[in-house]
Amino acid sequence: MPHTPHLSRRELLRGAALVPVAGALAACATPQAPPAASGSAAPAATSAANPFGVAGDKPLEVWIFDGGFGQDYAKNIHQPLYKSKYPGAEIKHNATKEITKVLQPRFAGGNPPDVIDNSGANFMDFGALSQDGQLQDLTALLDAPSWDDPNVKVRDTIDQSVIDIGTYDGKFSVLGYVNYIFGIWYSQKAFRENGWEPPKTWDEFLKLCETIKKSGKMAPFTYAGKHPQYLYEPLVTLAAKIGGNEVMVNIDNLEDGAWTSEPMKTAATAWAEIGAKYLMQGTAGLDHVQTQTAQNKYQVAMLPSGSWLENEQKTTTPDDFEYGMFTLPDLTGSDKLPYGTIHTSPGENFIVPSKSANPQGGMEYLRAMLSKKAAGDFSELVRTVTVVKGAGEGRQLSPGVSSATAAVTTAGENVVYYMWERWYAQLKDECKAATGELMNGGLTPEKYLERMQKKADEIKNDSSIKKFTRS
Amino acid sequence: MTFNRYRRGLFIAAFLAAPVALYLVYVISPYIQAFYISMTDWRGVTASPAFIGFDNFVRLFNDGNFWKAVQHNGALLLLLPLITIVIALFFAFLLNVGGAKGNEGIAGSKFYRVVFFFPQVLAVAVVAVLFQQVFRPDGSGMLNAPLMSLGLQPIGFLSDSDVAFWSVLGVMVWQAVGFYVVLFSAGLASIPRDMFEAAQIDGAGRVSLFFRITLPLLWDTVQVAWVYLGILALDVFAIVWVMTDQHGGPDWSTTVMAAEIYRNAFGYFRFGYASALGVVMFFFTVGFAFLSLRLSRRERIEY
Repeated sequence: MPHTPHLSRRELLRGAALVPVAGALAACATPQAPPAASGSAAPAATSAANPFGVAGDKPLEVWIFDGGFGQDYAKNIHQPLYKSKYPGAEIKHNATKEITKVLQPRFAGGNPPDVIDNSGANFMDFGALSQDGQLQDLTALLDAPSWDDPNVKVRDTIDQSVIDIGTYDGKFSVLGYVNYIFGIWYSQKAFRENGWEPPKTWDEFLKLCETIKKSGKMAPFTYAGKHPQYLYEPLVTLAAKIGGNEVMVNIDNLEDGAWTSEPMKTAATAWAEIGAKYLMQGTAGLDHVQTQTAQNKYQVAMLPSGSWLENEQKTTTPDDFEYGMFTLPDLTGSDKLPYGTIHTSPGENFIVPSKSANPQGGMEYLRAMLSKKAAGDFSELVRTVTVVKGAGEGRQLSPGVSSATAAVTTAGENVVYYMWERWYAQLKDECKAATGELMNGGLTPEKYLERMQKKADEIKNDSSIKKFTRS
Repeated sequence: MTFNRYRRGLFIAAFLAAPVALYLVYVISPYIQAFYISMTDWRGVTASPAFIGFDNFVRLFNDGNFWKAVQHNGALLLLLPLITIVIALFFAFLLNVGGAKGNEGIAGSKFYRVVFFFPQVLAVAVVAVLFQQVFRPDGSGMLNAPLMSLGLQPIGFLSDSDVAFWSVLGVMVWQAVGFYVVLFSAGLASIPRDMFEAAQIDGAGRVSLFFRITLPLLWDTVQVAWVYLGILALDVFAIVWVMTDQHGGPDWSTTVMAAEIYRNAFGYFRFGYASALGVVMFFFTVGFAFLSLRLSRRERIEY
């Protein structure tokens, strides 16, 4: 029977072996167009109680960055709150320390999850996500009634800076949940016992460093030498204090000569002097944990950090350490911004991917997070300040958080922030490298600023990098 | 006969099918895709990257950090094989024929052989974290503690941008030497003992024994080691990424090609550009392999 189609066992095996090969070849590294029917499936009807039209039985997939704040707050505070309103919804809770590694392939594959806490050292670049239209426009969230009071919009319950900073391409797309407050941190106990005072002017600061150095009890100053972003923060903030908010705005907008401006020169020179004279020995080779632990052991008096510090150090801090924070001292008598000027920046950045299966549920989850109860419980659990106005009222606050909160109150309107390190990751890496060299004496302040200006110009002229502006 | 030949071919093909298929899927196909991705502006999150031709390659010519990385790879390519082979040859000679009698190792050589191999057993990430501690700049650093107790200033092995590259090189040599001691020992074992004995009767000391007998007869093995170490120097990544400050710092002083590729892909989300860097690195590696194979053609000594 020569003409009957006959498949030998060998041919069958050969064929079977080839099928997965073809499939694998097609599915490797190159991005795939997503299935057509994803994301904005027909939403349920909207109402005042359900402003986004959440389908109550749709599952919600949440990814939390498992870092300094852990993941318990999501599991025990936020998710039960969502669940209490939508008992039929299944919440798939996930946590990772490596947001990019786990979730970047999900975006490339066209099936991202519904809520992401895009934080940590390996967060996904917001510019890239925004450029590709992957971020849900959260303006609807701002205009929705707040969880607690239907007469108050969400927009009015959070700090304005959250909205400014979270806006990409005119669309509010990133919700910073925690208010990071930057300053110089010290032990109130050590200062009290030694008769040291938080300085109000730069001269006092230098004198204090000198006094501490001479006392021989501890080193005056340190920073996370392995991560010089801890030092460029007070450097740029000091420049803004001297020259006004436009110093930061110009840097953010990649203006010509923004880095080499006079206030930047003054600030860089001032910090280089601290680097040359008052650093704890070995600072350049230590990371944030090592320097912070040295401070807990009373080996060094002051270091620049943010309001997450107290929670981060809770296991090594002596009970009577009493963290305190002071804002940057006046450098000249004629600084444009007054004493008390403070740098704050929303952190723990939550996003809702626009191509997720349930973006309405994602926005609703964020609305629940912004309720006073959720934010207050969160503050207490992880000892920090949220962006929700008044959420900390009547709560038990730790010494560091009270000190930082008081500093924000003192600052009033004089709050500054910058965006360049978020918008341009290359500029951030260059600034880390160069700031380390500045503090080690490997670069003069002039050379340091020239290098930064050169990198900023390079980015400005690179058409492949998406540009952002602010005012 | 022809049938038998056919059967034999089929038999071989059957055995080769699985590895070749795996190789095609996991090595060749990603390479080809990387060439394509390198000509797009893909940022890793979109499903439809745009084709931009050779823009990424033009851009990388002005990328200072990438060329710094190439320089570091180049320096490693010269120094890593040289230092490792010299040290490994010296140890292998001492362990096998360096003893007083000239045809056996020095006292305790069996013990040393095991010790030298230890670093090879450790995972690269473990070595990197280990040496972060060894290099610590304060009193708890293994190298700096003795220095400081002598009243000297601590050395910033990883935090001084003039020193960090040499620290990386040192760790790589430390980890590689053990394997090449074993490789050269095996090479030495295949040299007939009577050659050494004859040379000794003629009055050759340890030095001339090494240069007149050991080295010439080991030349083939040395060349193999050179190629292996050259490849190691070109694709070094984990030790730099895990051990150094700021992943290739401080101040870009230790960065290498693979680190820049990783940084551009997973740090800056420029997958297209990172693929272009990968393509350039591919040509460097292929060029090196081609050159070293060409240069190492040499007649074998038969004995």
